[in-house]
Amino acid sequence: MSFSVTEPSHGQKWFAGILVVGYALITLLPLLWIVATGFKSGPDSIAYPPKIAFEPTVEGYVNLFTTQTRLSNEAKLEAVDDLPWYEQLVRERGNTIVGTSRYSERFFNSIIIGFGSTFFAIVLGTAAAYAFSRFRVPLKDDLLFFILSTRMMPPIAVAIPIFLMFRNLGLSDTHAGMILLYTAVNLSLSVWLINGFIDEIPIEYEEAALIDGYTRFQAFYKVVLPQAATGIASTAIFCLIFAWNEYAFAVLLTSGTAQTAPPFIPTIIGVGGQDWPAVAAGATIFLVPVMVFTILLRKHLLRGITFGAVRK
Amino acid sequence: MDNVADKVASATPPSIAHRVKGLSDRAIAWIFVAPTIFILLAINIFPLIWTVYLSFTNYAVNRPNREVKFIGLRNYERILGDADTWATMQATAHFLIWTIVLQVLIGFTLAYLINKKFKGNDLWTTIIVFPMMLSPAVVGNFWTFLYQPQIGLFNYVISFVTGADPSSFSMIGDIALAPWAIVIVDTWMWTPFVMLICLAGLRSIPDSIYEAAECDRASKWRQFWTITIPMVLPFLMLAVLFRGIENFKMFDLVVQLTGGGPGNLTTLTSIDLKREAFEKWRTGFASAYAVILFVTVFGLASIYVKALNRVKQR
Repeated sequence: MSFSVTEPSHGQKWFAGILVVGYALITLLPLLWIVATGFKSGPDSIAYPPKIAFEPTVEGYVNLFTTQTRLSNEAKLEAVDDLPWYEQLVRERGNTIVGTSRYSERFFNSIIIGFGSTFFAIVLGTAAAYAFSRFRVPLKDDLLFFILSTRMMPPIAVAIPIFLMFRNLGLSDTHAGMILLYTAVNLSLSVWLINGFIDEIPIEYEEAALIDGYTRFQAFYKVVLPQAATGIASTAIFCLIFAWNEYAFAVLLTSGTAQTAPPFIPTIIGVGGQDWPAVAAGATIFLVPVMVFTILLRKHLLRGITFGAVRK
Repeated sequence: MDNVADKVASATPPSIAHRVKGLSDRAIAWIFVAPTIFILLAINIFPLIWTVYLSFTNYAVNRPNREVKFIGLRNYERILGDADTWATMQATAHFLIWTIVLQVLIGFTLAYLINKKFKGNDLWTTIIVFPMMLSPAVVGNFWTFLYQPQIGLFNYVISFVTGADPSSFSMIGDIALAPWAIVIVDTWMWTPFVMLICLAGLRSIPDSIYEAAECDRASKWRQFWTITIPMVLPFLMLAVLFRGIENFKMFDLVVQLTGGGPGNLTTLTSIDLKREAFEKWRTGFASAYAVILFVTVFGLASIYVKALNRVKQR
């Protein structure tokens, strides 16, 4: 074993490890609670003291995807054996399913708007980043700063004129409008990040390609793009997560057709009061993909959250 | 000229430029940059100019037939002379200062501990980062459940630790607690952000500096204050800049948590602005409000960036 003055001692490592793991477990608790609550029955979810051991049920998920109403007294006497399992589950609580809820619609809106805006932000952002990185663009630094500064504006402050603009253009509460808006917000991130990634690719590769008779376009997509692919992919995930999580614009500019999941989930209520298992089920389905992406992103995390200001 | 490609490039006769087919570099640069600039102008700059224009008028979205009049600086006067605005600013300042203080203290400590490179530190770092990546609105909404008196997990844990009755306090409902309820959730969510940046700072310090200090018999304590802190400071200041801007804009998390209540106690500026613009529909007034906020963020951020650059140069 090498002996170094900068290597922490065994005891120090243990001490640090215990504190960090302790913090991680505490910080994870609310998230675990969301997942657990999604599998609780209504009474279990609001039990005192809070239940750690409980009988898991998918009631919350059934409630999430359906709308229900109280059963009439005559219907309560009907045989339930040949009804589908989810109807039986709901009947145990004295309710009956009358239709599907809007959750899946809102979830798909999140997917369409998230992927749509990410696609455009990445295509346009990559092009702009390449130009900033490789050509002498007049006022380059000013333009880059301008692009970054658009992120400093409070969304609500920009929302007033955008609300008016969208109303005049017929873009209010449309997928196209939201994709356009999120593309604009994500462009600043994608230009800055991808610019950094392309800067790291030695310019000699392209020069060699140009000498071999490639056009600029060919050099761009045959040499630069493959080299920057990992960076662009991680940028795309960041854009996707932003659009996925965005709430302020979504709540102000959408109400029905194009509403995404974040403004919708808090409004989930069951028959008689807030249905926490259903809310937790909706949140779980919505949050878990982001956690998976976070694991995929972990090497580029720092770079993404600081707009490339910290690269290591 | 220290590598082959450079030599090749410089040895290539200028005629190569003419042989390159297609558009000139300049045309490509324009084609590549133009759409981005256009979208940002349309969605960011044009609205900003429109906001400035509206801020001098009495326009109200819900009264389209009323004559739009120029009223000069009256909206600005009204906002700055309004005691409620200052109460809102105070709530925002409380939120900003405490979230930054707590996140810097906890974030730096965590980074310092993780940098001890114990086994599995990568895995635990990733786990700690989770809250930061999630939707603040969805998570904030769920925290209202954790904050429920009696049945809420948060109240239960606090009563378990302190012995207080879990139904005796309401983090969201009590006047004394609500400002802290939002600070706690924001700290839970964003401490990892400060932690990650501090960690990068700590890892950027070369071992050789500590080895040299060790040779000079500098105590660990002295090494910490004369090497670690000064070298991490630029990173820490960057983290504070990001958190400051983000929390000045704070809307989603707090609106879902407290809705600005009880009373106006946790009504941060963005929440107040939303009420003026989209509930009271005082568009001109709200536009002036937006301009004031924007100028404040921009002004504070640029002063701060100057200070940051000075620290970096040292």
